[in-house]
Amino acid sequence: MTIPSSLIETTQVALLLAAAPLFTGWVKMVKCWMQGRTAPSLLQPFRDLAKLFSKDVVLAENASWIFRFTPYLVFGVSVLAGAIIPVLSTDLLLSATADVIVLVSLFAIARFFTALAGMDIGTAFGGMGSSREMTIASLAEPGMLMAVFAVSLVGKSTSLSQMTAVISQGGHAMLRPSMVFALLAFILIALAETGRIPVDNPATHLELTMIHEAMILEYSGRHLALIEWAGMMKLYLFTVLGIAAFFPWGISLNNDLPAIAGALVFLFLKLGFVGMALVLIETGLAKMRIFRITEFLGSAFLFATLGMMSFFMLE
Amino acid sequence: MAASFAALVLLLVLTIFLRRSQRLLITAGFSLAGLASFLAAGAGFLTVAQGMTFRIVVPLGLPDLPFHLRLDVLSGYFLMIIGLLALFVSIYSIGYVRGFLGVRPVTSLVVFSTFFLAGMFLVVLADDALFFMIAWELMAGASYYLVMFEDERLENRRASFLYLLVAHVGAIAILLSFGILAGLTTGFQGFEGYTFDAMREAKHPQALATAAFLLAFFGFSAKAGVIPLHIWLPEAHPVAPSNVSALMSGVMLKTAIYGMMRVIFDLIGVFPWWWGALVLVFGLISAVLGVLYALLQHDLKKLLAYSSVENIGIILISMGLSMIFASFGLTVLSALAMIAALYHTLNHAMFKGLLFMGAGTVLHATHERSMEKMGGLIKFMPWTSALFLVGCLSIAALPPFNGFVSEWLTYQAFLLSPALTNPLLNLLVPLGAALLALTSALAAALFVKAYGVTFLGHRRSRHPAVIHEAPWSMRIAMSLAALACLALGIFPTYLIHWMDPITKFLVGDTISSSAAGFGWMWLTPIAHDRASYSAPVVFVVILAVVAITYLLLHSRAGTIRRGPLWGCGFEGITSRMQYTAMSFSMPLRRIFGFLFSIKEKVHHLPPTTHSAFPGRLQYHLRVRDRAWIWVYQPISDASFWISRRIGRMQHGRIQVYLIYSFVTIIVLLIFSR
Repeated sequence: MTIPSSLIETTQVALLLAAAPLFTGWVKMVKCWMQGRTAPSLLQPFRDLAKLFSKDVVLAENASWIFRFTPYLVFGVSVLAGAIIPVLSTDLLLSATADVIVLVSLFAIARFFTALAGMDIGTAFGGMGSSREMTIASLAEPGMLMAVFAVSLVGKSTSLSQMTAVISQGGHAMLRPSMVFALLAFILIALAETGRIPVDNPATHLELTMIHEAMILEYSGRHLALIEWAGMMKLYLFTVLGIAAFFPWGISLNNDLPAIAGALVFLFLKLGFVGMALVLIETGLAKMRIFRITEFLGSAFLFATLGMMSFFMLE
Repeated sequence: MAASFAALVLLLVLTIFLRRSQRLLITAGFSLAGLASFLAAGAGFLTVAQGMTFRIVVPLGLPDLPFHLRLDVLSGYFLMIIGLLALFVSIYSIGYVRGFLGVRPVTSLVVFSTFFLAGMFLVVLADDALFFMIAWELMAGASYYLVMFEDERLENRRASFLYLLVAHVGAIAILLSFGILAGLTTGFQGFEGYTFDAMREAKHPQALATAAFLLAFFGFSAKAGVIPLHIWLPEAHPVAPSNVSALMSGVMLKTAIYGMMRVIFDLIGVFPWWWGALVLVFGLISAVLGVLYALLQHDLKKLLAYSSVENIGIILISMGLSMIFASFGLTVLSALAMIAALYHTLNHAMFKGLLFMGAGTVLHATHERSMEKMGGLIKFMPWTSALFLVGCLSIAALPPFNGFVSEWLTYQAFLLSPALTNPLLNLLVPLGAALLALTSALAAALFVKAYGVTFLGHRRSRHPAVIHEAPWSMRIAMSLAALACLALGIFPTYLIHWMDPITKFLVGDTISSSAAGFGWMWLTPIAHDRASYSAPVVFVVILAVVAITYLLLHSRAGTIRRGPLWGCGFEGITSRMQYTAMSFSMPLRRIFGFLFSIKEKVHHLPPTTHSAFPGRLQYHLRVRDRAWIWVYQPISDASFWISRRIGRMQHGRIQVYLIYSFVTIIVLLIFSR
C-alpha cells in the first residue's frame, strides 16, 4: 500500500513539531543520568512551552515591529526546513522546492532576524549576542556549505532527496575520503550552529559567556515560546540532516507503509544514539573562550574544504 | 532609443533656460532624464527579447573615421540595467536634489548627470574603439564633476582627483588594448581596423591576444574597482551626492563588466583556460577582501562602497567560471555561469541602487554619514527602514530575494566543475567555492551591522534633531527598486528565459530549455534531479506558516505590556551603552586583523574626582587598506622621486631649454638618419 507524498509531508512536519521537544528532553535526560542527577520527564520541554504560551508578553519599551515579527519568522523557516529534509521517505511533496543551499540559507534567514532583534532593543547584551552570533556564523556557515557540497558532489545533486537516495543505495559512500572529512566538519559545525558546548552553552545565563541567550534575553510569553521551540527544532533538524546526509540507511525510497514504519523505527533509534553521543561530547568538553572558537570553526571549515578538494583530486 | 537621446538633448537645452528657476529645473530635468531612461530600458528589453541587432553609422568624428553604433543583445541587456536603475534614481533625485535648494546652485548637478547618463548609454552602444573611448571618457569626466559637486570639502577634492587619476590609468590600458586588437586586423598598416566588426573577424595570434586581454582586464578592473585597483572607489562613491552614488555603484561599475564581456567573449572570442582562472582569482580576492574592509567601516556610504567591490568580485567569479568552461568547450555549463554573472549584475544594480538611495535618505534626514551617531531610525522613518531592510536581505543573499538566485546559480556552476580535467583547476575551484561561501556569510554579518546600528536600538546622537520621513518621490523610487528585488527573486525562470539570446550570443548555448523544464515555478538548471529551487513556493510557505502561527496565537487575545529594558539590576542604561558599529565588528577585526593595517591606541585620562575612581578612557582606532601601503605608497613615492630628479633639469633659463632642443634634434638625426 503506497501513501501519497502529501501525507508523508504532513506526517513529517507533525513529527518535526512533536519530536523536536522530545529529542531535547531526551538529551537533557541522558545528561542528567551521566551527571548523577535525577532526570526530569521526557515531556518537560512540552510543559515549558505550554507554560510560556499561556503567559502574557512583556515587550521592551522601544522594541519595533522587527522584534515582534522575528519569532514568527524563525518558527516559519524552521518548519519549512523540516519539510524539505527527508526523514522518513525521500519522496516528499516539497523536495523539489528547495535544495541544500536553500536549506542553509533558511537557517541564515532565521539567524539574520534573530540578530536584528537582538540589536533592536538597544541593550549592550543584545548587541553583544548579535555580534558574536554573526561572527560565529560567518565561519560556521561556509563550513556547513562546504560540508554539504562534498556530500552533494558524491550524490551528484544538491537536492536533498536525491542525495539521500544515492547515498543510501551507494553502499560504499561512507568509505570515500571526502565523506569522512565532510562528516567531521559537519559534526563540529552542528555543535556550533545549535549552540551546544564547547561553543555556546544552552543552559547558561551567565552574562559574559552567553551568545544565543543574549540575543533573546528580552523575549517573553508566546514570543519566547516560539523562539525556544524553533531552537529545539534546529537541534532536531541538524540531527536529521546529518542522518540524511551521512547515515540514511533505513530510509524509505518508495512510499510503502511497511517501509515507512521501518524508517520511523530506524529514525528513533538513530535519534536516541545521536542524543547520547551529543551528551558525551557536552559532558566531556568545557566551553571555550570566544576567540578559541575561531580555531575550532576554522578547522571545521578547513576539513570541509579538504573534503571537497579530495573529491576533486581523488575521486 | 533615438527618442531617449532626444529627451536627453532636450533636457540640456532646457537647462540653459531654466537656470534661473532651480526648483522647476529639478522637476523638469529629472523627469526628462527619467523618461529617457525609461525609453532606453524599454529599447534594451525589447532588443534582448527578440534577439535583434541594429546598426547605425554616424558620419561624425574625424574624416574617414565615422562613429559606429550597434545595439545587440549584450548592449541591450546592459542598456536595460542602466535605464532601469537610472529611471528609479531620476524619480528619487526629484526629491533628493531639492535638499540642496538654497544651499548651492544645482545646475551643474543636473547638467553633469545628463552627460553621465548619456555617456553610459553610449558606452554600451559604441561599436568602434574610437567612439567607445569618447563615450567612456564622457562618462568618466561627467562623473568626476559629480563627485566634485560639493567641492568646498577637502575630502571631495582629494577623492575626485584620485578617481580621475585611476580612471585615466585604466583608460590608457583600454586604449592600448584596442590598439593591439585594431592593429592585428590590418597588420598594423591602416586605420580601418578600429571598428569592432573588424576586430571580431580578425585572427588573433596567442601572444598578442593575451597582451590585449591583460591590458583590457587591467583597464576595466580599474573602473570596476577590482582589488587592488579599488582604491578610488570607497573614496569617491561616498562623497558624491547620494543619487549619483547610487548610479555610480549601481551601474557605472557595470559598464566595466560590459567592457570585459565585450572584449573577451565577443572581440577576442577564443581564449585559454588560464584567462578564466585569472579572472576567477581576482574575483575571489575582491569578494573576500571587499566584504572584510566593508565590515570595518562605520561610515554608511563607505560601507556600501566597499560592498560594491565585493559584489563586483562575485560577478567576476561567475564570469571567470564561465570563461573556464567555455575554454574547455563545455558550453552549457559556460552558459550557466554566464547567466549567474549577468543575473548578479542586474541584481546588484537593483539592491545597491536601493541601498544607496536609502543611505541618501538617511543622510538627507540626519545630516550624518557616521553610523555611530545614528540608531533608532526605524521609529522615525518607517518606510525607509522597511525598504532598506529589503535591500539588506537581497544583498545578504537570503531567499526569496534576488541576491540568492544569482548566488545559487554560481554555486551550481561550482558544483558542476568536476567535469573539468585540469589538476590546477581542481585545486582552485573548491577553494573558490569555499571563499565565495565565506564572502556570503560575512556579507550577512555586514548587513546585520549596517541595518542594526543605523535603524535599530536607541538614537546615539547627543543632539537628536527632529527626523522626518523622506518625501514621496524618494519613497516611490525606493519602493520600485525594492519591488524589482523581490520580483527578480521570485520569478527567475522568466528572466532566464528572456536572457537566452545573450548567452547564445556570448558562449553559443542556452540553459533555458532545462532551466524552466520543470514548470515556471521551479528553477532547474541542467536537470531537475540535479538541483531545483522554487522561490514562489518558498515565499508562500514561509508566509503561510507565519500567518497561521500568528492567527493561532492571536485567537486568544493576549495583552501586550511594554516594560523597561532589563539591565541586570543596573539602573542607568543609556543609549551610549549599546553596541556600536566598531564594537560589532570587533571579533571579526580580531580574527581577520592580519589582513589590515590596524593601529589601536588607548589613552587613560587621569581620574577627575578621586584616585579610587578610574578616569575616562579614550580609544582611537585607525584601519587602513594594505593596498595603500603595499601598492600605492611605493608608486607615489617613486613618482615623486622621479619628478624631483627630472625637476632638476628645469632652470627657467631659455638658453638651457634651447640646448635641450638642440641635443634632441641631433639625437633624432643620428637615429633616423
